[in-house]
Amino acid sequence: MKPPPFKYVRPSDLNEVISLLSQHGEEARLLAGGQSLVPMLNFRLLRPSVLIDLNAVTHMDSLAVADGTLLIGSMVRQRTAERSPDVLITAPLVVQALRHVGHFQIRNRGTMGGSLMHSAPAAELPGVALLLEAQMVLRSSRGERVIQASDFFCGPFTTAADPDEILTEVRFHTPPGARTTFLEVARRSGDFALAGVAALARIDPETRVLKEVRLAAIGVSGGPVRLFQAEAVVTGRYATPEALRESGAAAADEVTPSTDLHASEDYRKRLLNVLVARALAEITTL
Amino acid sequence: MIVTERAVSVSVNGATYARTIPVRLLLSDFIRNELGLTGTHLGCEHGVCGCCTILLDGQAVRSCLMFAVQADGHELITVEGLAPAPGQLHPLQEAFRQEHALQCGYCTPGFLTTLIPFLESNRDPSELEIRQALSGNLCRCTGYQNIVKAVQRAAREMRTVEPGR
Repeated sequence: MKPPPFKYVRPSDLNEVISLLSQHGEEARLLAGGQSLVPMLNFRLLRPSVLIDLNAVTHMDSLAVADGTLLIGSMVRQRTAERSPDVLITAPLVVQALRHVGHFQIRNRGTMGGSLMHSAPAAELPGVALLLEAQMVLRSSRGERVIQASDFFCGPFTTAADPDEILTEVRFHTPPGARTTFLEVARRSGDFALAGVAALARIDPETRVLKEVRLAAIGVSGGPVRLFQAEAVVTGRYATPEALRESGAAAADEVTPSTDLHASEDYRKRLLNVLVARALAEITTL
Repeated sequence: MIVTERAVSVSVNGATYARTIPVRLLLSDFIRNELGLTGTHLGCEHGVCGCCTILLDGQAVRSCLMFAVQADGHELITVEGLAPAPGQLHPLQEAFRQEHALQCGYCTPGFLTTLIPFLESNRDPSELEIRQALSGNLCRCTGYQNIVKAVQRAAREMRTVEPGR
């Protein structure tokens, strides 16, 4: 349970990180909070030749709001984001989801960007990014590019980022008037979710009809998935118990979770069914 | 500079230690093997059990999920640094003793270092909040019942010692 040998570098400037990445590419790994990377090293699942420690790099932990959009540096600690009034106001879903990420000791070190780049199948933040249609800002020696979250998550532990790219910032926007929630079921508090759901809804103040509904699931696929069928089933309707139940059933029908020793495929579908209906009930009940 | 060894200077329980260490050395092993502070225990070495929890600049973190080189320039407190003076105990340590919140004691340093910053930020926690706060630490002896009681006792005690803080 000790990490394999590696070489270590602790740059203080983002340009230095970018030049190290272009030099070492796939041989290098970025060390952010280390809450997933260090266990993987201890288990010898990874043997990078160079670790580039981001913890001394300046200006990567900024947190700002511009035109109602939250701009969050990738080295912002999860615990910092969870306690930030700016995050709570502009992207409450981020706070709602972070409460489920590991334990508070893990969130004291773990970073926003680290979790998104690690992209574990049951991770909460990728589900949040997908639901809020976040923009992922990547930098490399070739310049900067912005990728939509829907194009960013490509499967278990896989993103659209190239080996020489670093995620520098994520931009979260919550549509005005939308309510959000995040629910999940894990075997124990802080464990990986067996299934989880991020939900967003806007209700027409005049007619009380559901104008916009977005649903994303975690833990039921290789990565986060939007539940388009479940969204379509309730959009334009009143949030009646029957409509919410139908949405839950549609959600269970549009995913094919895997069976493992923690939960069967059927059980995960059943959880998702219940969680979707429960999440919608929570955000459509005044 | 890309290196395999690095000089570090770390403050632990108020004393400064300077060492040159391999970069792959975990902070938990540095604390135990280089500094001889064996109160920090190792259970799983992958962040699940919470035994190796220490305070890094006042915040509870897993010392098995950091490299010692990353502690360079930071202030650590381990279980050895919790008591106010020799022969005395921190109110939470005293409450653990009073409430029989430990049996074998292996997990205790991790519980203490986790719960002290929790109690400092939440002076009157509910049972649910206490259970959430200790959910990242495993204990195989107590069933957690007496640990919850000890935290409640310590919270009362800490409010009496420093009322209105």
